[in-house]
Amino acid sequence: MLMLVREICLRLQETSFATAIRESRWLFPTIETLHVLATGLVVGTIAMLDLRLLNLASRDRSVREVSQEVLPWTWGSFACAAITGVLLFSSDAVKYYGNLQFRAKMVLLALGGLNTLIFELGTFRGVAAWDRGRTPLAAKFAGGVSLIFWIGVVTLGRWIGFTTTLQ
Amino acid sequence: MIPEICDWLSSTRVSQVIQDISWIIPTVQSLHILSVAVVMSSMAMLDLRLMGLTARRQSVSVMAARLLPRMWIALIVLTITGATLVIAEPARDLPNPAFQLKMAMLVAAIVLTAIVRRNIKKDEGFWEARPGTARLAAAASLLLWVGIVVAGRWSAYL
Repeated sequence: MLMLVREICLRLQETSFATAIRESRWLFPTIETLHVLATGLVVGTIAMLDLRLLNLASRDRSVREVSQEVLPWTWGSFACAAITGVLLFSSDAVKYYGNLQFRAKMVLLALGGLNTLIFELGTFRGVAAWDRGRTPLAAKFAGGVSLIFWIGVVTLGRWIGFTTTLQ
Repeated sequence: MIPEICDWLSSTRVSQVIQDISWIIPTVQSLHILSVAVVMSSMAMLDLRLMGLTARRQSVSVMAARLLPRMWIALIVLTITGATLVIAEPARDLPNPAFQLKMAMLVAAIVLTAIVRRNIKKDEGFWEARPGTARLAAAASLLLWVGIVVAGRWSAYL
């Protein structure tokens, strides 16, 4: 199974577009900058929702209001971050696949996504009942966990840079 | 003059300590990036509102009153973390043209944001009454903030 993944990574980084990114002086930095911009928007906007769930910010607005305003941004910029992320990964797939910080980042992304999914399918379903009142513990938990995960993703992302390029 | 300043800065005790303790720079950088996220999302939402492209139910002044305070706080964190990084490795930043451009754009962006804020304080409906000027200000703001992030990234490559 592991050999299969490594094989896929090898094939991926040998494609013409992956090679182009790897060998160009400006393509990788440009895509990386777009990745950073997109990630910044994801983290900044999801933090607004998470802080509202934790009752630490935007307390004068309902959870639904905040999420309606914020989530289109989050999803849109997440799509950009994911696309640019795949492009960056492909440029040196085998190396990144073997990188500990990269793997940890992917695990956190998956766990964060799972946390969001559980929240949306569960606690958020009944939001009308608690929106203007006390936020249930499950919602606070989801918000707190989400924040921690995203801070972890950013930190690990920076760490990947440290461990894969010469400083 | 700049090389001398870099030499002096990197020889100070503070700089030595930051350089020697291996986890300080990565931690400070991550804090810097997270604060960038706060500034970027706040300004993106406010600027798009100024352009009339989003959330027209909410007035500019209400949105600004919500978003700008957290932006200023994030900017303070950015200044502290940024200064720490420059003190730690001055030669990477101070002589770097990308870094110098970043600082120039930062000053311009802060001035612009302050002007936007001040006009709202003078007259709550200031920007709604002047859609053309609002779009110009918002476009300039967006370009500057994106430019700051781009210059920040490129200063690592130059």
